[in-house]
Amino acid sequence: MEEQLQATPICSRHRALNALMAPFGGWDMPIQYEGIIAEHTWCRTKASLFDICHMGEFIFQGDFESGGLEDVFTFSVKSIPLGRSRYGFLLNEQGGIIDDLIVFRIAADKVMIVVNAATAPKDFAAIKGRLKGGVFTDITAATGKLDLQGPLSRDVMVDLFGEEVASIPYFKFVTMDILGTPAIVSRTGYTGELGYEIFISAEKVCELWDLLLMDARVKPAGLGARDVLRLEVGYSLYGSDIDEETTPLEAGLDGFVNFDKSFVGKEALLRVKEQGVARKKIAFEVAGRRSPRHHYDICSAGSTVGSVTSGVFSPMLGRGIGIGFVTPEHAAIGTPLTISHGRVSMEATVCELPFFKDGSVRS
Amino acid sequence: MSMYFTKEHEWVKVAGTTGTVGISDHAAHELGDITFVELPKIGAVVKQFGELGSIESVKAASDIFSPLSGTVIKVNDALEIAPEVVNESAEDAAWMAQIEITDEAELKNLMTQEQYNDYLKTL
Repeated sequence: MEEQLQATPICSRHRALNALMAPFGGWDMPIQYEGIIAEHTWCRTKASLFDICHMGEFIFQGDFESGGLEDVFTFSVKSIPLGRSRYGFLLNEQGGIIDDLIVFRIAADKVMIVVNAATAPKDFAAIKGRLKGGVFTDITAATGKLDLQGPLSRDVMVDLFGEEVASIPYFKFVTMDILGTPAIVSRTGYTGELGYEIFISAEKVCELWDLLLMDARVKPAGLGARDVLRLEVGYSLYGSDIDEETTPLEAGLDGFVNFDKSFVGKEALLRVKEQGVARKKIAFEVAGRRSPRHHYDICSAGSTVGSVTSGVFSPMLGRGIGIGFVTPEHAAIGTPLTISHGRVSMEATVCELPFFKDGSVRS
Repeated sequence: MSMYFTKEHEWVKVAGTTGTVGISDHAAHELGDITFVELPKIGAVVKQFGELGSIESVKAASDIFSPLSGTVIKVNDALEIAPEVVNESAEDAAWMAQIEITDEAELKNLMTQEQYNDYLKTL
């Protein structure tokens, strides 16, 4: 059976720009326009515009404690200050990651939950199943989302929408009027550069796309460049690096898990903590330009000790980089490993994240 | 100098008993940004349609096959430092290897430029 792909409101623009399109998370998405590396480099030096309308947005309104939302995620929702957002996880009972997501505290009794496209339906069902009250709505179809990312993105935003944008700190957002409609402008992103995620009504998002692209400092970038950008700064990609079989502890993401509160999956994680993890996430650099790829074997002394979950040629580092999972004894920084796939073999060394350290994200 | 193509999108330019080999503009375009080229070793003996090297882009990794049988006599090692030349000039500056051809009769298994152009239309 052929999958029925969904199209974002920007789809006709992508086609007019001659973008290479491909299915992603059930959506027909632009992979590249002029080329992945050119788009990557533009984002690291100027400002790039991404159509992210495929991602899911939910609204919860009600009392977080009695409504049950407080125990849904690995972080406390009620402790997020107004106008701030927080990254964390929705776990299953076994501590596996159903999704990684960001919660935006919009009002005293209201949050917006932003989730991955491919997991949005199962996320909605899982969250709804855990709620005891409040009103929970899926606003994905009515919501457009554009990411403007890159060191010049603040200048572009200020020129178009005023000084208010200039003072938004990292992981804070404001609700402001854009094109005559209320929009959320958030200092967050997936590139390691200074940037904004803009949430605006689906009816207005195409107009906003056109407006931003009229600025000569802005070029469109596809999901191909987005994947290189996020991997260079070590962000996880759901479905590749993390999934329902992976706990935040194995993935080295325990910083986003608050063990001082209750949440679904906590007991399982505490057991894992006590017994120790069976495998650990590592980052590694390849000696050379060869690219590690998803599912390549990670070997040590001739035996397979793990598997690559993400890999790419890093234009910033000029060599192959990757993320994978290995047995814990091979996870220490500096450990030499061999990445292997058929007759392809490359020497690699376990390193720290991020690979690329000079991004403008906090500037 | 005549140019011949394989179905796997390699080309060979034949001058006397020397064949210069690369990948086609079409292949380079399909692969996107080339990030790595693995060249054969000088002296390597290759078979027609046998493995000659490999090429990687941001999107994919693929093998390069030799259009003709022969012995590798020269490689374009500039591609090891600047693989992006393949995107700029796949059918000229980004030649990959020169081989001493052992059997010119094998040319009948390859496509001419015109046949290759027709072949591309069927893809």
